[in-house]
Amino acid sequence: MSALCIYVEGVGLWSPQLADFGALQSLLGGAMPVPPPGRPAAATLPPNERRRAPESVLLAIEVAGQAVAMSGRDAATLACVFASSHGDQPITDYMCATLAQAPAELSPIRFHNSVHNAPVGYWTIATGCHAPSTAVAAQHASFGAGLLEAASQVLAEQRAVLLVCIDTAGSGPLGEVTGCHEPFGCALVLAPEHSGATLARLDLQLTPACPDSPLEEPLAGWRGGNPSAASLPLMAMLAGVRRRCQLAAAATLGLQIDMEKVA
Amino acid sequence: MLDVMTPLAITAHTATSAIGRGRAAHLDALRDARSGLRPNDFSSAPLACWIGRVDGAEDVVLPNALSVWACRNNQLAWLGLHQDGFLEHVQAACARYGAARIAVLLGTSTASIGATEEAYRRLDADGGFADDMLRPAIHTPHSLAAFVATALGLEGPCLTVSTACSSSAKVFANAERMIRLGLIDAAVVGGVDTLCDSVLFGFNALELVSPTPCRPFDAARDGISIGEAAGFALLERIDSAPGAPQLLGYGEASDAHHMSTPHPDGLGAELALRDALARAGLDASQVDYINLHGTASQKNDEVEAALVGRAFPARTRASSTKGFTGHTLGAAGIVEATIALLAIEHGLIPGNLGGDTPDPVCGASFAWRNEQQRVDVALSNSFGFGGNNACLAFARAGFTA
Repeated sequence: MSALCIYVEGVGLWSPQLADFGALQSLLGGAMPVPPPGRPAAATLPPNERRRAPESVLLAIEVAGQAVAMSGRDAATLACVFASSHGDQPITDYMCATLAQAPAELSPIRFHNSVHNAPVGYWTIATGCHAPSTAVAAQHASFGAGLLEAASQVLAEQRAVLLVCIDTAGSGPLGEVTGCHEPFGCALVLAPEHSGATLARLDLQLTPACPDSPLEEPLAGWRGGNPSAASLPLMAMLAGVRRRCQLAAAATLGLQIDMEKVA
Repeated sequence: MLDVMTPLAITAHTATSAIGRGRAAHLDALRDARSGLRPNDFSSAPLACWIGRVDGAEDVVLPNALSVWACRNNQLAWLGLHQDGFLEHVQAACARYGAARIAVLLGTSTASIGATEEAYRRLDADGGFADDMLRPAIHTPHSLAAFVATALGLEGPCLTVSTACSSSAKVFANAERMIRLGLIDAAVVGGVDTLCDSVLFGFNALELVSPTPCRPFDAARDGISIGEAAGFALLERIDSAPGAPQLLGYGEASDAHHMSTPHPDGLGAELALRDALARAGLDASQVDYINLHGTASQKNDEVEAALVGRAFPARTRASSTKGFTGHTLGAAGIVEATIALLAIEHGLIPGNLGGDTPDPVCGASFAWRNEQQRVDVALSNSFGFGGNNACLAFARAGFTA
């Protein structure tokens, strides 16, 4: 198999410590970025939706909005691949707790917000996007597997794709099992060809399973607290640290990524 | 404009649902117009509705080496994998291509959330999961695909698609792209969803569940009956199996309208249909049969019937088979793909069970009773919450558009 060659046009990032990709760049440059407010702004959502939206939706729409804005593309034209290892854990915790105690009292809104594709559903509604959209999961390899799926859409369909990968913090008894300590989200706008908006070229190659690339602190600690933060080696690479990284794409499969900086 | 795609060979396929285990059981039930629905005897608290339950799923015992994966969803997956010689076909493909060249791409909406519900029903004294439920791998949406990849010993790409009720239709598209790009040589696609309190009480809270067996496209329809199912297909390049039925095309699109009701004009559904026809190189008039999404919800059936009426001539036959299986949610795509392939193989247009007083919105294409005729090309529609639409196009071996 030859390498899958794709172009990055936009990057989005949100965690309790980092408001956006610029904050990661400044952190890696030795500065101390100002942490964002406790709740992602998710400005792409209409205000009434924003008030009611669950955490997973706010986080996904925040990072998606950042990446699309950086790319300069019209969100309605982008196919969407939204990945998450666990979906919205506060909603799953609420659903399971309610079902155990008073199942007939389950909230209909929380139920429809519990589907794994709720964030991409809200995104397509907010942006008027009729393009194909999907929601995927691959346990601890959700980012790598999502990136592989997004790259395959970019190249097979020759179209730009929005990749989002988010996980909320764990909550309730389930939170102890998933081990997610804090939220993390990231997004990439990926294109099949070089353009004026290109930030970097990525060459992706499938490999046998391999350990994730090492990371410096505090990034390594953040990676341990959320499966979507497995993307951090690539995010750091896009911010200028190193030229190659390795991520898991499945339990038995690795993804080697080589970067060539364009901008 | 889309290029016409090179078809893929479907070298094995199988389904297990309330109407039986495997293709022959499905064909028999369809021929006899025999529904698999029964009064709800599943939920942890009473709920007056009908369900499509797979008998014996709770009795399936996984081998010791796989026991960490035990839960209703993975047990149903195991049951499904053992029908129609599916395992042997996968083993043969594995010998041909190697484990790393075969992907596992599965759709599910419930995954094994039923096990997480159970863990919450019997938390230990400290408020945590009981020891036997402390199995992180089953309390995640990826439980099914990770289990199937492990059980089959496959080491290629492994992905869960979870877009509600379109999930196990969309995986055919994932597989086609990966095969076209040379990332893999074959893919196990399909999906499994199982009955659980989340979907029974959730759809009930949305007032979408009928108190009677569901009646798709009936004037008096009043909601869905929830079912469970497992289904799988093995996809390979067409030149490796020119005698196999074909995946001719697929289409995917988003409504951009509402989280839990379809676009009033069926916009996303029509975009997915047009995309599938274009990719397959088909004109609508070449379609012999459409297995409809037809859930028996007011809105879905109204919108979908109107789409059939404006897009297809009367010679194209159409029906929903949810009256047989119930709405198997994330597994609906693969179950109904299997029914579309049975229609091609046996020249059987399954009647739209439950539609005794047809809604006037349904045109001349609707097959209310079984019909026997040659089927070269069959489509399958699958639509999900979040306005997520998929359409698959299948054809008999050797068919060219």
